[in-house]
Amino acid sequence: MSALTYGPYGGRFVPETLIPALDELAAGWAAAREDASFQDELHHLATTYAGRPTPLTLVERFAPEKRVYLKREDLLHTGAHKLNNALGQAVLARRLGKQRIVAETGAGQHGVATATVCARFGLDCVVYMGSEDMRRQKPNVERMNLLGAEVRPVEFGTRTLKEATSEAIRDWITNVETTHYLIGSCVGPSPYPEMVGELQAVIGHEARGQYLQVEGHLPEAVVACVGGGSNSIGMFKGFVDDVEVRLVGVEAAGAASLGTGRRGVLHGARSSILADEDGQIADAHSISAGLDYPGVGPEHAFLRDSGRAVYLPCTDEEALAAFERLAKTEGIIPALESSHALARALDLDAEHVLVCLSGRGDKDLAEALRHLGYAE
Amino acid sequence: MKKLVVYLVCEPETPELAAAAVAGGADIVELGIPFSDPLAEGPVIRQASERALGRGMRTKECLECIRQTRELVGPDVPLVPMTYAAILEAYGYERYEADARAAGATSHIIVDLPVEEHREVRRIQLVAPTSTDERIRLATEHTDGWLYVVTLTGTTGARDTVSGRLGPLVERVRALAPGLPLYAGFGIATPEQAAQAAELVDGVVVGSRAVQVAEQGPDALREYVASLRAGIDAVPAAPVPT
Repeated sequence: MSALTYGPYGGRFVPETLIPALDELAAGWAAAREDASFQDELHHLATTYAGRPTPLTLVERFAPEKRVYLKREDLLHTGAHKLNNALGQAVLARRLGKQRIVAETGAGQHGVATATVCARFGLDCVVYMGSEDMRRQKPNVERMNLLGAEVRPVEFGTRTLKEATSEAIRDWITNVETTHYLIGSCVGPSPYPEMVGELQAVIGHEARGQYLQVEGHLPEAVVACVGGGSNSIGMFKGFVDDVEVRLVGVEAAGAASLGTGRRGVLHGARSSILADEDGQIADAHSISAGLDYPGVGPEHAFLRDSGRAVYLPCTDEEALAAFERLAKTEGIIPALESSHALARALDLDAEHVLVCLSGRGDKDLAEALRHLGYAE
Repeated sequence: MKKLVVYLVCEPETPELAAAAVAGGADIVELGIPFSDPLAEGPVIRQASERALGRGMRTKECLECIRQTRELVGPDVPLVPMTYAAILEAYGYERYEADARAAGATSHIIVDLPVEEHREVRRIQLVAPTSTDERIRLATEHTDGWLYVVTLTGTTGARDTVSGRLGPLVERVRALAPGLPLYAGFGIATPEQAAQAAELVDGVVVGSRAVQVAEQGPDALREYVASLRAGIDAVPAAPVPT
């Protein structure tokens, strides 16, 4: 029986060692999501620990010709939407009796979220991170260390998220019986994409209600950045049934798995990926470590093919300009990842736009200031 | 006699190395078609795969490597390409199956393709210590000739000792599929380890250490394989328990 989930995309392309663990996870997840006590616990953590609901902010100085609202996931505890997923999976891991957590991280936001929930629940935490990303996102490495996680550098290949993910999966293969793999995006083998998407759907559902309340109608377009695609899929889930609302994903131009990729298999799932004609994975390039990934969640590939969502590219320079503009006009320093969505929101042919501000930019200061010419 | 399986990554020198392995006493040669992100591999095979890709060993070149190997070792030595689903996704499953057979492949191993998927590619299935009885039964029903028994939870690569999980796993598989040849792989590197594993199963697969030794050339590989051969030949060929 095939385990494909999103048309031709998804599936479980992993060694046999992991298949029973994925079955166990799928069953555990199916039981948990139907269990009121699980939902209550998550809701309690979301409101008393994470800081939900996050507000909407109208940014009139940033986009004076339009009405652009930001969904402020940057104000969530740990500074990005990643905590929504990490909290949900940590609660699930405890239900499954797993005491050890392994994760991958690119920008470090997922690593920090994972380290945070592990500290909160007393779980052992190992985070794999490419050494190039450790350099680019040093503050997040320091945060993870303080939170008690062990950050293991990955020193081969591109030294970024792709290799960190491979190494986290190899750790999981080795320690599968005691360890939960807390994947950070809506990628990986089934049931991860659907589970992460559902845990992030709180962004879209909250934002839809908030937007209707302040504007009295739905936005014309919802815009979010896409690396693996978890903040965007969470945002899109709130609006996917509103056919009049355009769903716009924004990829880094040098890591446009949806815009320029082809069908292939990476990290346990079939999706749209950057690969050559032989299926060998190609290198991605982005100033933003969180978007610097040659794959994307299978549901995005499905949404692209069906035409329900469109995916646009954004260059490093455009993202940097939007990063600086939001800081100067609104007093909000966005993550470089989210800055890609901000850049496209500005020039999109729509007046009423809702943008997912997926994270805050403190972690990016050194890198961004260097490129913007503030620092030496 | 217990079977000895030697794994090598497809590179320009591999046909000659495979012939040396056979001369040293290998019964079967696995030929790795490298993938850029091989999730089941430890550092040795991962690095060898990177090197092979850097030398241009893409799917077409690897099929040619299999063809040359077939020419060198003759018609009787089973050659089994081992690779990842990504390669077949790009090449086409049926096309791969046909072209690999035409090049001289005897069967296939696709490490990350679950037994449920693409059964049109008849292949050697894998079971692991974590496999449920239901999944073991499925693998034994669909495997092509013999079953690959992964000795441990983990990636490929030499270990200090043979995994203690091999014995209980073999017992479970034997109970479900009496008489099916079982070959054990992952973590077996020395003649002593090969002998120890061979006491439990019908064949032993050696990968990472063979890849390392192969870097020293065909003579070194032949000697190493001969030492493995001597190790497992010391084990009496007990009848398969039923």
